[in-house]
Order: sequence, then C-alpha cells, then structure tokens
Amino acid sequence: MSSVTTLPATKAYSPSRVGERLLSFFTWAMIAYNMLPIAVMVVFSFNTAPNGHVALKWLGFTLDSYKHAFAIQDLTGALGNSLEVAAGSALISVILGTPLALALARYKFWGKTLTDIVIFADIAAPAVVVGASLLALFLTLNLPRGLLTIFIAHVAFNVAFAVVVIRARVSGLDRALDRAAADLGATPWVAFWTVVFPLILPGIIGAWLLCFMLSIDDLIITTFVAGQTLTFPLWVYGATKIGTPPQVFVLSTFVFIGGVLLALANAALSRKRESA
Amino acid sequence: MRRLRGKLSPYLLSLPSWVYLLMFFLIPLGSMLGMALATGDPLDGYTMSDNFQEFVDAFTNYQDTFYRSFWYGTASTVATLLLAYPVAYWIAFHAGRYKSSFLFLIMLPFFVSFVIRVEAWQFILADEGFIFGPLKSIGLLPQNFHVLSTQWAVIGGLVYNSFAYYVLPLYVVLEKIDRRLVRAANDLYASPPTAFVKIVLPLSAPGVFAGFLLVFVTNVGDFVNADILGGPGTYMIGNVIQDAFFVNQDYPMAAALSSMLMLMLMIAILLYSKAFGTDAIQEYAA
Repeated sequence: MSSVTTLPATKAYSPSRVGERLLSFFTWAMIAYNMLPIAVMVVFSFNTAPNGHVALKWLGFTLDSYKHAFAIQDLTGALGNSLEVAAGSALISVILGTPLALALARYKFWGKTLTDIVIFADIAAPAVVVGASLLALFLTLNLPRGLLTIFIAHVAFNVAFAVVVIRARVSGLDRALDRAAADLGATPWVAFWTVVFPLILPGIIGAWLLCFMLSIDDLIITTFVAGQTLTFPLWVYGATKIGTPPQVFVLSTFVFIGGVLLALANAALSRKRESA
Repeated sequence: MRRLRGKLSPYLLSLPSWVYLLMFFLIPLGSMLGMALATGDPLDGYTMSDNFQEFVDAFTNYQDTFYRSFWYGTASTVATLLLAYPVAYWIAFHAGRYKSSFLFLIMLPFFVSFVIRVEAWQFILADEGFIFGPLKSIGLLPQNFHVLSTQWAVIGGLVYNSFAYYVLPLYVVLEKIDRRLVRAANDLYASPPTAFVKIVLPLSAPGVFAGFLLVFVTNVGDFVNADILGGPGTYMIGNVIQDAFFVNQDYPMAAALSSMLMLMLMIAILLYSKAFGTDAIQEYAA
C-alpha cells in the first residue's frame, strides 16, 4: 500500500507535493497542540508553590512537590478509590462483555440489531443523562451513594466498550479452528478455553485497559452517583474552585507515565506475539 | 439436543450483559422519563401523572440555555471536524509504517485526567498566565484582554477534548479506502482535489457522521468545560441538569431536561442507522 506514494506518476503533480508538505506540517502542529496541556501539567508540577497552590506564573524550579507527593491524605485516598474502581469495574465489564461479544460476532439471532443499537446508545449516551438517570434509580431504591454505586455506574458504561473491542478481535478469528477442535472431540466449553480464549486474550486485555482508562478518567457520571465518596477526578474538580495544590499535577504525572509505559508494553507484547 | 444448544447459545451468551444493561442503563432511562412526568416535591413524594407540563416548562424556562448548548455543540463539533480530518487523512495516506506511532501521539491526552486537561487550559488561557501575561506587559495585547469566561474559551476547551475522539473514526474509514480508486481517478486525469472531492470524501462519509454524532452529543451535554473555562454567561444544559439535582433538588425538571437530551440522541441514532446500518457504527465508536 505504501508503494503508491513512490510511483513516479505522482511526482509529476507538484501541487500535490506542496499539499502533502502542508498537511504534514499541519499534523505536527496539531500534535503539538494536543500535547500542550500535558506539557503544562508536567512543567507546572515543578513550579514553586508558595501557599500550597500552583501559581499561574513560573516562580522557580523545585522538587518539593515530588518529595511530598503523597502529603495530602484525602487526595491520595481519592486516587486509591479511583484505581480500585477502575481495576474492578474494568474486570467485571470484560467478564460480562466477552460472552456478548462472542454472540454478536458469531451468531445471527433474534434481537441482534436491537442489541447493536443498545450497545451503541450506551456508548453515545450523554454522560449527564446516564449519571442523572442512575442517580434517579439509586434514589428510588434508597441505595446509599458511595464506592458501590460508583462501581455499578462505571460497569454500566464500560460494558459497551468492552463488547465492541472484544467483538472486533473475535470477528478476526478463523472459525475453522474451533470446528477442528470439535472434530477432535472437544466440547464447546473445552474448545473455548483451549482454542478461542488464548486467541482473543489480546483483545480482552486491550478492552480491560480501555475500560480502566475510561473509568479512572470519568468525572461527569461519577459526580452524580458518588455521594460523599471522592475519586481522583472529583477531588481535582473540587479543588479547581479554590486553587490546585501541586500534588494534583505530581500524581497526575505519575499516572500519565504509568499509563504510557503500560500501553507501550502491551503494544510491544502483542507485536511480539503476532510475529511469533 | 446439540441443535437446541446451538440455537440457544447466542441468547445464553448475551444474557449477563443484557440483564446488567437492562438494570443499570435501560430501566433508569425509562424511569427517568417517568419521573419527568411525575408531579410533587421531595418532601411529599411524587405522584405519577401524565402531564407533559414539565417538558413545556423545562423548555420555556431554559430556552436560552438550550440554544446556547446547541450553538457550543455545533460550533465545537464543526471546528473539531475541520481540524481532525486533515490529520486523520495525512496519517491514513502518508504516515506509512509510522501510522500506529502517530495514532499513539494523538491518543496521549487520554492518559491525563479529563479535569486536569481542562484545568491546564485554564492555566494556558489565564488573563495573567504565561502566554497572555507577557504579551500584555510588552503591550501587544490590551490590558483588559481576556479569553477565559468567554464562550470562545468554552468552545476551545470542547474542541481540544474531542479532537482525538474525532480523529479515530475518521482514520478508520480513510484507512479502508482502496488506494487503487484514487490512482484510477488520477489516471483518468482527475486533479488531486477533484479525486479527493469525488472519491475520498464520499467514501469517508460514515466516519464523518459517526464522529459528528459522538462528539456533538458529548459536547452538548458537557458541563465541565463551561464550569472551569466559562463564566456566568456560558451556562449549558449540563450545568442546569446538575444544579437541578444538587442545588434546587427539582428532580422532575432535571429528569425532563435529561429526557429531552436523550430523545434528541435517539432520533440522531435512528437517522444514522437508517442511512449507514448498525453494524459499522460500533466500529467507529471504540
């Protein structure tokens, strides 16, 4: 596919060469724009914070905030809650989503179109609406708001993403493989765990990572269902009104670096597996 | 026996997710619609009635806010499309073997919390921040120049946060276009712009619309950008819904507003699935 661009015929069109240059310049400019807030976060985490708030102006380099990264107990606790909810809700979403992904990718059945629409609606529904309707439900059921309700809400929006990611992986599988397993006498259950599951595992891991990221990032739905419990985004959102302590940027920088490393490791691993 | 199991298995496989989505997605949405039709107050409890007065009230009381939300939603989505399309096009057609690296760069902001990204823009756009501060002190900008708490700050924040969400579906459709079609157009003496308008653009339409739907719905319902980057004049429908729940405790009003938002979305989804089918739509969503 990439050989297309090197054909001599395209060289004759000099305007398109200029256009290509401009486009590549534009892409790089947009990538820089995309990174700007991340750079601001990292740079300002090293800014001197005289009264416990990050200043808008550069006041000088310091490592103080990193030395006291975990000094604000509520904030560290909120980050702990976020990590817990993210890991747990991603796991449950993947467990619920895998069978549905298999059903959608491999069977034609009554209600399939409806299922497709519901899954899409769950992804596309405005966060305020999902949050407000869940809060209405919890109020009606008299369920006290806290970690449990946050957890329930996060699974509710993550399930759809898990289904879509895993389904894409299942669709790419050769059905001959499990027919071969059946011919060799494997029950569907055994065939699933020995043949299908290992092959779709990268998709399941990818889905878990996506759900984890969506969950740890969610603010809008969580504001509705959290009650008095704080997650990391909720704590930060509250702090924007009174001034942000530098620890927010420090912990967020940690999360950023951790997330990037994890994603790169996952990419490297799946590349290795594919080439093997 | 075996055949029966074969027939039942898709239903058994979809059961767990369906039960969950029914309990925590569909029933809440339905009961919210019910709540919007209820009358009463938090102390005396609610009684069901079938009056649609709440909807009429919700719309007449918050007409300006509705229009404003739609304007912010439309402006930010169109701007995002115009910025994201060229980037997605360049990555799909010209990035060669570095495609996934470029996509990774586009997705990097996802590793930073949404609130913190918005807050970083508050830092960047601050009246006396590291950009406007120096420009003002050397006299390039008037002293009273400000972006924060105007609608442009809110729309800018929305554009930034939807950029990556739009690049991805566009990339997915553009990547799939058969390059031979473009070459055939060139062989038939179509200029590159003509080839683009007649071939690439129509073939990428499903991605353009899927992205539009996702970004528009997210942006119309957002209240965080308006809250952090905006001012009193930038109130959006999301802010009103949040206030209705937590400040005024007017649940029927909040429910009516949310239902109206959801209804618009359902209409948009139905139109989309009529035009392009339901199979492809999920692909662009994830």
